[in-house]
Amino acid sequence: MSGYPPLELHVPEPSGRPGRETDFSYLKVSPAGAVRRPPVDVRPIETEDIVDLLVRVLDDEGRAVGPWDPGADPGLLRRGLRAMLLTRAFDARMLVAQRQKKISFYMQCLGEEAVGIGQALALEPDDMCFPTYRQQGILVARGYPLVDMMCQLYSNERDPIKGRQLPVMYSSKAHGFYSVAGNLGMGFVQAVGWAMASAIKGDTRIASAWIGDGSTAEADFHNALTFAAVYRAPVILNVVNNQWAISSFQGIAGGEAATFATRGVGNGIASLRVDGNDFLAVLAASRWAAERARRNLGPTLVEWITYRGGAHSTADDPSKYRPADEWKRFPLGDPVERLRRHLALVGAWSDEEHARTLKEVEEEVLAAQREAESHGTLASGHVHDASTMFDDVYKEMPAHLERQRGQAGGTR
Amino acid sequence: MTTMTMVQAIRSAMDVMLGRDDDVVVFGEDVGYFGGVFRCTDGLQAKYGTPRVFDTPIAEGGIVGVAIGMGAYGLRPVAEIQFADYVYPGYDQIVSGAARLRYRSAGDFTAPITIRMPCGGGIYGGQTHSQSPEALFTHVCGLRTVMPSNPYDAKGLLIASIECDDPVIFFEPKRLYNGPFDGHHDRPMVPWSAHPLSEVPEGHYTVPLESAAVFRPGEAVTVLTYGTMVWVAEAAARETGIDAEIIDLRSLWPLDLDTIVGSVSRTGRCVIVHEATRTSGFGAELAALVQEHCFYHLEAPIERVTGWDTPYPHAQEWAYFPGPQRVGAALRRATEAA
Ligand SMILES: Cc1ncc(C[n+]2csc(CCOP(=O)(O)OP(=O)(O)O)c2C)c(N)n1
Ligand SMILES: [Mg+2]
Repeated sequence: MSGYPPLELHVPEPSGRPGRETDFSYLKVSPAGAVRRPPVDVRPIETEDIVDLLVRVLDDEGRAVGPWDPGADPGLLRRGLRAMLLTRAFDARMLVAQRQKKISFYMQCLGEEAVGIGQALALEPDDMCFPTYRQQGILVARGYPLVDMMCQLYSNERDPIKGRQLPVMYSSKAHGFYSVAGNLGMGFVQAVGWAMASAIKGDTRIASAWIGDGSTAEADFHNALTFAAVYRAPVILNVVNNQWAISSFQGIAGGEAATFATRGVGNGIASLRVDGNDFLAVLAASRWAAERARRNLGPTLVEWITYRGGAHSTADDPSKYRPADEWKRFPLGDPVERLRRHLALVGAWSDEEHARTLKEVEEEVLAAQREAESHGTLASGHVHDASTMFDDVYKEMPAHLERQRGQAGGTR
Repeated sequence: MTTMTMVQAIRSAMDVMLGRDDDVVVFGEDVGYFGGVFRCTDGLQAKYGTPRVFDTPIAEGGIVGVAIGMGAYGLRPVAEIQFADYVYPGYDQIVSGAARLRYRSAGDFTAPITIRMPCGGGIYGGQTHSQSPEALFTHVCGLRTVMPSNPYDAKGLLIASIECDDPVIFFEPKRLYNGPFDGHHDRPMVPWSAHPLSEVPEGHYTVPLESAAVFRPGEAVTVLTYGTMVWVAEAAARETGIDAEIIDLRSLWPLDLDTIVGSVSRTGRCVIVHEATRTSGFGAELAALVQEHCFYHLEAPIERVTGWDTPYPHAQEWAYFPGPQRVGAALRRATEAA
């Protein structure tokens, strides 16, 4: 019919699989300090040239360089480092608790601590975050009690959400942490709605939306971008590109053809691509985006480049689909070590202090665990009474649920 | 014949069809290299290559949409939705796109697609890994909805679904993937190899759609059920000593009405069991059908045993799950009523 050769379907393949090292040259890393910092009132389309670059502040020696250096107070950075260490200790403990079958399921944020914690420190405490299941760092940074987090994980009698949800699906309006749905992408567009409401009411609070690289494929992501752009919603649209979505690499979500940051510019949203393992860059880019939102200049999309250091969850074994220990070879390193080196360089952290802090956070986690376990675990059966499962379906319990609650108490 | 788990039987169905028919393609989230989070497609990409077995972006609306387009071209796509709880972003494509394509084009275009998805609870999955949304699909004209309860049926029904020219929603009760489950969650797991229904032919065979199976013959009462609840109902019959006839519907819609009517007309009593929530659940349709077709044979009110009308809770999972005790009590009520 035609003179063309037969068509072929392109299916993206990661360069690394078990037994074959990843070639990280696909990442496109800019030198620290190399990317310009546009004014906060930049026209969105004028961020077009930087969405393929990588905003970085910390160089290999740990010096803060270039226009994005936030000039942060060392006290604030020390808080950030401590929150990262605490989150990491918390994750490690809870992973063990899951192996001991005290909790049914767990998801850690190993290697990605900087993005949530850095942003939390750039926001006001009453700004609303719409997190994914991998942003426990925001709760830790905002001082939500570890015991309450653990009671949720243990699904015990003190679980603030009454055993309704899987572990890590936290909810705390008081700490600006929106209920995690579990349905990917769902909260991302809702964050835009929250931000629109803040603008409708003449409020000053802004929203922070979170989504993973894999989940940007969902329609909710694209709806969020459209609505945010149309209404110039005061929202930060955070895409955490940790390179993996369970077993599929970011190319399957479309990261091979264009960076996730370019999705923002195409929708008329000012966008940045940022080193998510560089705590100073996270702080600086988050402040830039927050400033835009607060000055009514509209949304900002930030793609954070990081790496999922651990398994997707306790339900999978990553050595089945990616090279083991690949995290150690990730070009952007470990956010904890990089911030530690910087603080040491500027004389605001020492090895002794590091060792002491590690011990402190370990003890803090252990104490919280002891207290949480005193309220029971899923395995021990100390959970909210079965009759409570009929609460909160509606504000007032309709007759049919009263009837069913009565039947559930008997044998029916 | 060899012994297969439900996972192996489902994989074998796709393997057989990929081997027999070049138009069959298999895709979904994590189904390619990894072989699916429940391992149902393990090894298929290695055997048939990426154009035929591949990973998709996380976009259920996209997965169903491209499946319909491939079907329109002439392929027979088999798409996996990772959990039934995540099918909703694809619901519009299923309802407005696939179900009515034949009708609105008067047969010009069709969607011969199979959409597989694990359903049901019993794994502490909470409200996003436990749902049984079958009634949302049986309510849609133009769809076929199927749910097997054992390896033999799973393979035969999946092959029949792939060969079917209508869109098929194929539910896989995840609690049955690796062994039959009678609702006694505190007892050791029973492997499939201990049950004759794990004897599965290695090659091609079908279990016809629209055919129910008499899972357990009996005289005292008819139980209409499907999926995991078939095993729970059997345990309830055993434990109460009630001579229940358990009908495994297998195809929910369109269904095998003759088998249902024949049985209820004989026993005069009927208990309907499903794990999904009660109100407007598929049990309501079954009760209406029994009433319409067997009214003068009924000697007792029709009983329904279902999940409660709440989201599936995580910690209170076993108070939610309609286990053998609840089914047994319904069997008693149905047989003791005058
Ligand atoms: C709508 C929907 N589809 C599928 C899933 C199953 N699922 C849970 S996590 C996940 C991968 C998400 O990857 P990504 O968005 O990159 O986030 P990450 O886990 O890397 O943080 C999938 C497919 C889900 N939870 N919701
Ligand atoms: Mg990811």
